[in-house]
Order: sequence, then structure tokens, then C-alpha cells
Amino acid sequence: MILFLESIGKLTQSFFKESTQILLLLSQTLYWVFLGPFKKKPVSRKGFFFQTVFSGPSSVLIVFFVDFFIGMVLAMQSAYQLEQLGAAIYVAALVGVSMTREIGPVLTSLVIAGRVGAAITAELATMKVTEQVEALETISLNPVRYLVAPRFLALLIMLPCLVVLGDLVGMFGGYLIGIFNLGLSSGLYIDTTIEFLTVKDIMTGLLKGAVFSMIISMIACYQGLSTEGGAEGVGRSTTKSVVTSFILIIVADAILTAVFYFAKT
Amino acid sequence: MQNKEIVISVKNLTKNFGTRRILNDLSLDIYQGETVVIMGGSGCGKSTFLRHLIGAIRPDHGEVWMFGKNIAKASDEEMDEIRKKYGMLFQSGALFDSLTVGENIALPLREHTKLDENIISIVIKMKLELVGLRGFEDLMPSQLSGGMKKRVGLARAIVMDPAIVFYDEPTAGLDPVMTGVVDKLTIDLTKKLHITSVVVTHDMNSVFRIADRIVMLHQGNILQIGTPDEIRHSKNPLVQQFITGDAEGPISFVQQGDDYLEHLTSEIKE
Repeated sequence: MILFLESIGKLTQSFFKESTQILLLLSQTLYWVFLGPFKKKPVSRKGFFFQTVFSGPSSVLIVFFVDFFIGMVLAMQSAYQLEQLGAAIYVAALVGVSMTREIGPVLTSLVIAGRVGAAITAELATMKVTEQVEALETISLNPVRYLVAPRFLALLIMLPCLVVLGDLVGMFGGYLIGIFNLGLSSGLYIDTTIEFLTVKDIMTGLLKGAVFSMIISMIACYQGLSTEGGAEGVGRSTTKSVVTSFILIIVADAILTAVFYFAKT
Repeated sequence: MQNKEIVISVKNLTKNFGTRRILNDLSLDIYQGETVVIMGGSGCGKSTFLRHLIGAIRPDHGEVWMFGKNIAKASDEEMDEIRKKYGMLFQSGALFDSLTVGENIALPLREHTKLDENIISIVIKMKLELVGLRGFEDLMPSQLSGGMKKRVGLARAIVMDPAIVFYDEPTAGLDPVMTGVVDKLTIDLTKKLHITSVVVTHDMNSVFRIADRIVMLHQGNILQIGTPDEIRHSKNPLVQQFITGDAEGPISFVQQGDDYLEHLTSEIKE
């Protein structure tokens, strides 16, 4: 019994300790992104560009596949119920609203956490265990400025773009189901989708994307840079990075959804 | 010792990690132009000591003076300036995987100076020539052997023409010929560029080849500081055992002092 309580105590302690470290990293990253340029030490443009290409265009294919199929599944599942009520056309509304509000941002972010987040952690972790991070410090190159800030910025810009892509592609998947399986007319499907979409749906989806991008980049960079223990350490950090990102994305999603759609003033 | 300028001065350096005392009241002066070798067995604290000298770790007590500043208490801006005056060669070279050899060497120049690209290009070639790797600018680190990586690491360490160069086990993992090459480079650089070299190693052949003075550490304490001759004829049994590489002696490889029989039978139940 005592051991059980002890382990809970230890977990809580390390949770708070790690959270403080991650918030510290976030504040340093924001410093370099916003105040760095004024101190003649901007984030490297080349590094930022490279990271943008890596996290954005290279992820298009997987985002396309995942969101497209989910859009189709959404349409199929909802059609099952709605057809019986003679309200098949509302499939268009449902797919549009759920993709933009929830499924687009959350699913795309989970996919990116697995792809880009893991890659970032693995790369930074390998750099840490081969003393490259220490080498950067001895050359007076701040690792947060040089390694973390470009990745943070790149994801912040690319993830909302990918969310938009995911939303559109998911709605397209639903559209195909609507036209070919449900026999709805193309024009009516598109009109209904647009009619039920509000700017708020789209904006909250993009905002969620931005918040999730910060979660992914911060967790990935923190886990990478705090790795210890050679190759095994790299593997451990990468796993921890993906799992932690997944959990935090879902939790943040719940909080944001409550704030936007549930809180009663 | 001739009347030379002191470049690094360590005074009463003490460091604990938790309850373990890693470095115990160390004091050392390093003079301009000399090659000082810091040696000792595994776990004696030499890597930690080196990291104090470069300012990567701060001591719990004591001072480390370099270029007129106590780097144990220097600000970030002061450290930035000091770091431009020294270079470090890491154990495996620590080259940046995503950059070519040339880009690795030029990185300090590109970040800290406003030199023209043409000049940087010439400097890269000069440094590569110094370490015997002419023409390697466009290769990636993954295409290099261990010895080549270390030599590129050395080229990067000297690209800003530093006053001091630190070496962390520069010959670890190298074959005898490559070890000789790296040693020769260390000696040549010290003579040609008038730099001060601080080398952490336990390769005894290297030590006697390159050292002007030797500092022997044992379990966080300085056992002896002396010239190679003084160390070779040391009366300290720990130093002698280390030099000759004798497995038997006062430096024990068995960590605990338990009675062996008692240890073997301690878990047998009646």
C-alpha cells in the first residue's frame, strides 16, 4: 500500500517538474521567435524553411489519406441513421461541421504528432547523445534558438494549413459518398454543407490546430533535448514524445471545445 | 616553469552531484602555450573537470578564471564572448549530421563574424589543410571514418583561431597510427598557432608524447601535477599503477570492500 502511494507521489512530482521544464522551454522559444530579431539574433531562415518543408508538404499525402477516409466513414455512419428519417441530405451538414470543428484538427494533429513529432524527437535525441547539442553551446549557439524555434514556427504555420487541407479532403470524401451512394445531387450537397458551416466552426478548428502544433513541437523538442542513455534513450524519448503529445492533444481538445461550445456565461 | 602568463586558473573547485562529491577542492594554474594533460581512471572526475573549465557546469564552491573573468559566475553575454576565444574537440567529433564538412567548420564563422563568403571558403580550405583533409569540404559526416570525424572536429575547434583548445579523449577508439596522427596535430597546432592545449585522456602513449605537464586525478582529488619525467618517477603508488597499467595495485577494480565469502553466502537461507 505504501509503495503504491509512494509511486503516485513520485509520478505527481515528476509530472509537475516536467511541466515546469516544458513551460520554461516554451517561454525561451517565444523569446527567440519574437524578441530575437530585435537583438540581432533572429531564427535562422534557412532552418525555418527546411523545417516548414519537412512538416508541411511532406505530410500532405498521409493527411490526405487519413482525412479522406474518415470523411467517408463519417458520411456512411451518419447516412445509416439519417436515411431512415428521410433526412439524408443532412449528411452534408454533419460531415462539414464535424470535420471543421473536431475531426479535421484533432485527427490531423494526431497524425502529425506521430510523423513530425516523432521525427523531431528522434533527431534531437540523437544530437543530444552524440554531444552535438553540447557542441552547439560551446560555439555560443543557443540550442533553443537554433534547433527548437525553427521547428516551433514551422509547425505553427503548417499545421493549420494541413488542417484546412484535411477539412476539405474529408468533406470531399463525404461528398463522394453522398453523390454515389446516397444519390444526392451534387449542387444540393455542396449548398447544404456551406449553409450549415459557420465561420466560428472553421476558426475554432484552425485555432485548435495552432494550439496542438505548439503542444507537438514543445513536447517533441523537450523530450529530444532531455534524452539520456544512448540508442535506448533515443527510442524511449521518441515513444514518450508521441504518447504524451497524443494525450495532451485530446485533453486540450476537450478544454478548447468546452471553452468555445460548452461554457455558459 | 618559465615566467609565462596564466590563461586558466582554478581555485578550490568543488562539485557535488547529490550527495556524491565528484570534485574535491581542486586548484590548478595553466600557462600560455603549454599542453596540459588531465588523466585518471574512469570515474575520477576528469570529464566533469573539463566541463567546468569550458564553463558548461558551474561549481558548488571555488573559482575558474579564464581571460580575466571568473567563468563560474559569468553572465550569458560574458560567456558568449569567452567562448569565441576557445575551441573544443569532443570525443566523437560531435559534427552536425545535417551539414557538410565545410559547413560544419564554417558554422562559427558564419554565426559570429561578418566575413565574406569567399574568405570563409578559403578559411575552410586552410583549416582542412592543417588537419590533412584537403578536398573534404563537401562530404557529409556520415561518410567519414572515426579518425576523419575527429580531425574535422579539430578543424572546427580552431576555425576562430582560439587561444585555448580543449580535447575530450581525442584518441579514444583510434588505431595506433591514427592516434599518432592526432597527437602530432595536437603538438603542431600548439607550436604553430601558439595556443594552449588542455587534453583529457587516458591513453598513456599520447600522454607522454604530447604533455608539457600532467595532472593526475583520482576519485575527484589531484594526486600529482608534474612534468612527464616527474610523473614517470613518481613515488605515489596510485600514479605508478596507472602509468604501467597494472591490474593489481592500490586502484582496485572491485568496487566494494566486502569479504568475498560473506558476500557469496549472504543470501543462503538455513
